Amino acid sequence: MADIQSPVPGTFYQKPSPEDAPFKADGDAVKTGDTIGLVEVMKSFIEVQAEADGTFGGYTAENEAAVSAGDVLATLK
Amino acid sequence: MSIQRLFIANRGEIAVRIVRAAKSLGIHTIQAHSEADADMLAVRMADEAVCIGPAQAAKSYLDMDAVVKAAKETGADAVHPGYGFLAESPAFARAIEDAGMIFVGPSADTIQSMGDKVSARQVADTAGVPVVPGSDGRVDDMDEAASIADRIGYPVMIKASAGGGGRGIRIAETADDLAKLAPQARQEAQAAFGDGGIYIEKVIREPRHIEVQIMGDGKRAVHCFERECSLQRRRQKVWEEAPAFGLPEATRDAMCNAAVDLAEAVEYRGAGTVEYLYDAKADKFYFIEMNTRIQVEHPVTEMITGLDLVALMIRVAGGEALPVTQDDIKLNGHAIEVRLNAEDPLKKFMPFPGVVGKLDLPESDGIRVDHFLYEGYQIPPFYDSLIGKLIVHADTREAAIDKMKGALDTIEIGGLKTTIPLHKALAQSADVRAGRIHTQWLEPWLDAGNLEGHTGGAS
Repeated sequence: MADIQSPVPGTFYQKPSPEDAPFKADGDAVKTGDTIGLVEVMKSFIEVQAEADGTFGGYTAENEAAVSAGDVLATLK
Repeated sequence: MSIQRLFIANRGEIAVRIVRAAKSLGIHTIQAHSEADADMLAVRMADEAVCIGPAQAAKSYLDMDAVVKAAKETGADAVHPGYGFLAESPAFARAIEDAGMIFVGPSADTIQSMGDKVSARQVADTAGVPVVPGSDGRVDDMDEAASIADRIGYPVMIKASAGGGGRGIRIAETADDLAKLAPQARQEAQAAFGDGGIYIEKVIREPRHIEVQIMGDGKRAVHCFERECSLQRRRQKVWEEAPAFGLPEATRDAMCNAAVDLAEAVEYRGAGTVEYLYDAKADKFYFIEMNTRIQVEHPVTEMITGLDLVALMIRVAGGEALPVTQDDIKLNGHAIEVRLNAEDPLKKFMPFPGVVGKLDLPESDGIRVDHFLYEGYQIPPFYDSLIGKLIVHADTREAAIDKMKGALDTIEIGGLKTTIPLHKALAQSADVRAGRIHTQWLEPWLDAGNLEGHTGGAS
């Protein structure tokens, strides 16, 4: 079980755009480098990428939540 | 009906600027803030402060109902929108007026007509302001397209009339190009937007961005000369000057007078900016748009004219007639402003919302720093990366660039990555000094590694 943390402070988005589905769903296979979400910092969007392979365990941060650097955004099983 | 209690519906450095101007007029200040901005400098300086919602701008500074409600509940008689956020929303201006308060800016109708590209172009054209030559609407007939292009001169740009975001734009250098490219553009527009309408506009090569500051009281308007804002990255201004360099006096007069004509044509009230593209080779200028608010780069105009533009816009909003005539406004020397952003220019301008460390701001004769920083302040990550502006004033452009260089060497903003290294490199660029710049100059210059080369050599 590994956590995916936010690289920067900002606003977290689970989806590429409001109309899209979240990047990942529970049980999806995750490869290193896969984008699992976006953090908006000072009007720039930074991709949050998985740093290990695994199975997606779900988002722990809500969509559009304010997050700090290091906050856990999602888990990997 | 002069303003007694001013509600500031903005944040950051412009909120600080507005609080200062209001205080100089003896006006009670009420500062709006989000939950993430409770400790910002403008909150500390204002007479009172009120929270208008959560950190995200959409739930606070952009939430019209929340802003109007807070202004009402705190007994404000006027609202200053600053720039960005709701500053150019006609619905917001209308809501403020409907709630019985004064909107510090032009009327909702003026904001609306200037906010729409097509109607703004029509208003400008009617007021005798030159617009970029083009088809003035959609063209469906290819012979007509060719005759328009012949009239305005090549190269021309072919755009989808239903499009946006640059899709379907093609440049035709010759009539043969046009005959080939226009049908393609129509087809693509038809496929992408279900509408094959195109329009044609003259291409201005290597344009400079020059804009005129105007101020009106609803009846009379004056200009406060022009600003040069040609150094841009991703359509954001980076370095601004007043006046524009190397501009023939007759052209300056024509630009400034056209801006006043436009302002008076729409009975403009408050501070506004008429933006032009300037073709230096042909010595021709063309209207792009009008911004119906105070602008980030207003301090360079204040430095060369000695006016307090923010105080003036509050006074005319309160019903005063313009206290200055055109003859009172004199152009004195040269001013330069650089935008200080919390970004790392050496890492693709990655945002850096850190904690402010040691601050040493060289504010002295002819050097001004507009900012919202204090030592120990955590810059919130939720908003624009602009943390301040360094402005210098000197007798000549040469001397102003030298003064900027010196100020950039002296200024210290600890704890953050900022765009100071970018400005140091620009201040040493021969192209900048010689005025060999235009709106498409900075990005290729950065892509060519000029910044890395510069800072690498210095370390």
